[in-house]
Amino acid sequence: MGVIELAWWQLALAALMVVALAGCTAAMRLGMSRHLLIAATRTVVQLALVGLVLEALFAAATLYWVALMALGMLLIAGREVMARQKRRLIGGWAFGIGTVAMFLSSFTVTVLTLAVIIGPEPWYRPQYAIPLLGMMLGNTMTGVALALDRLTDTAWRQRAVIENRLMLGQRWQAAVGDIRREAMRSGLMPMINAMAAAGVVSLPGMMTGQILAGSPPALAVKYQILVMFTITLGTGFGTLAAVAAGSRRLFDGRQRLRLDRLAAPKG
Amino acid sequence: MTAPPSLHLVRLAVGELAPVTLTVAPGEVHCLSGPSGSGKSRLLRAVADLEAHDGEVWLGDIDQASLPAHAWRARVMLVPAESHWWEDEVGEHLPRAEASDLEALGFTPEVLTWQVARLSSGEKQRLALLRAVSLEPSVLLLDEPTANLDGATTRRVEAWLMARIRERHWPVLWVAHDADQIARVATRHWRIEGRNLREAPAWV
Repeated sequence: MGVIELAWWQLALAALMVVALAGCTAAMRLGMSRHLLIAATRTVVQLALVGLVLEALFAAATLYWVALMALGMLLIAGREVMARQKRRLIGGWAFGIGTVAMFLSSFTVTVLTLAVIIGPEPWYRPQYAIPLLGMMLGNTMTGVALALDRLTDTAWRQRAVIENRLMLGQRWQAAVGDIRREAMRSGLMPMINAMAAAGVVSLPGMMTGQILAGSPPALAVKYQILVMFTITLGTGFGTLAAVAAGSRRLFDGRQRLRLDRLAAPKG
Repeated sequence: MTAPPSLHLVRLAVGELAPVTLTVAPGEVHCLSGPSGSGKSRLLRAVADLEAHDGEVWLGDIDQASLPAHAWRARVMLVPAESHWWEDEVGEHLPRAEASDLEALGFTPEVLTWQVARLSSGEKQRLALLRAVSLEPSVLLLDEPTANLDGATTRRVEAWLMARIRERHWPVLWVAHDADQIARVATRHWRIEGRNLREAPAWV
């Protein structure tokens, strides 16, 4: 069973409806239409470009190109993690901690999944490697960004509590313990919620895509379960590493709270 | 038992203040006074190693830098002007509170079951002193410990503190504004004038 071909003019119809929505929000003065149209345009341009890149990558299919693509994705995700934090660590630490945490978790889990579980030939076959890594990075990025944002923002607002705990002779780990727990929670909750609601409330996107492309639902479900577990692993370990490194960076060698290492929020 | 240690500040410099050298012997209370913003609180924070500083602080023959920071702070206990609480109930912060101490500060033991949220600022201040003292430090650094208290309660808290200080032979740095209080508690009195710490008579 093949997939029904989708022509550009059919997409244009959908685009027209987005424009209509933008018109409605403009008419109601909700101040959203500009953002909506810019985001929609970005979707078209970015996805069209990535389509070209993937076509070329699938044709070449060497380890170098796959690794280069993966590196590019990682750096963009690292930038995104940094941009999503209100009070980020300065001096490149926000980017560094986010990127290293995502690298350690997403890459390890993806390579393990490819080499040990799915086992395509060769193991880095881009049809498997790139979409899998993309889903891992996308979700790990959200988890790491949420957790780091919660960590630094809460530490900022509760500075007096943290310092009072230090004054009472607590170690920095204890003084910031509640905040670390909160940060871990906010990083992992989206994935836990997604697993709990999967199939009941929402049909996961990847499974839907596979079914649309003609896979038997039973196989699509197996892939979806695998992907959700690997995403949870990636997000969990990534968030863990980021929160551990980020909270350590909030204190110096003499266990002083160093909020001067956080940038002031913009705007 | 070995003799209780003194607290030595050696050319301790933080912020605008000129380097401070002074020794507080066991059981002595040295009061610090001066206009707000002159650096009294920062000086105490530097002694507790909560703020980066130059110079040295010694507790007897123990150098501040030779101990892990948390171990130093457990000995050199700073009680800030405004206390903070992180658990819901008072008792969770005061696992080792004695009924006699609670009574001396004007509480019944039931206070341990109270929600922190219902405490007044004066109650918080008294309980914060008890919280610090019950951790058995070797030095007390008090930042306006009676600022939120009325006259009678101030005298009561002072009496309790002074009894503890004499009993345990703690060296104490005590930031105070009130000249009467300084006259009552100080062994020596230091005023911050400009950038310098100058000795002032305790009874003025």
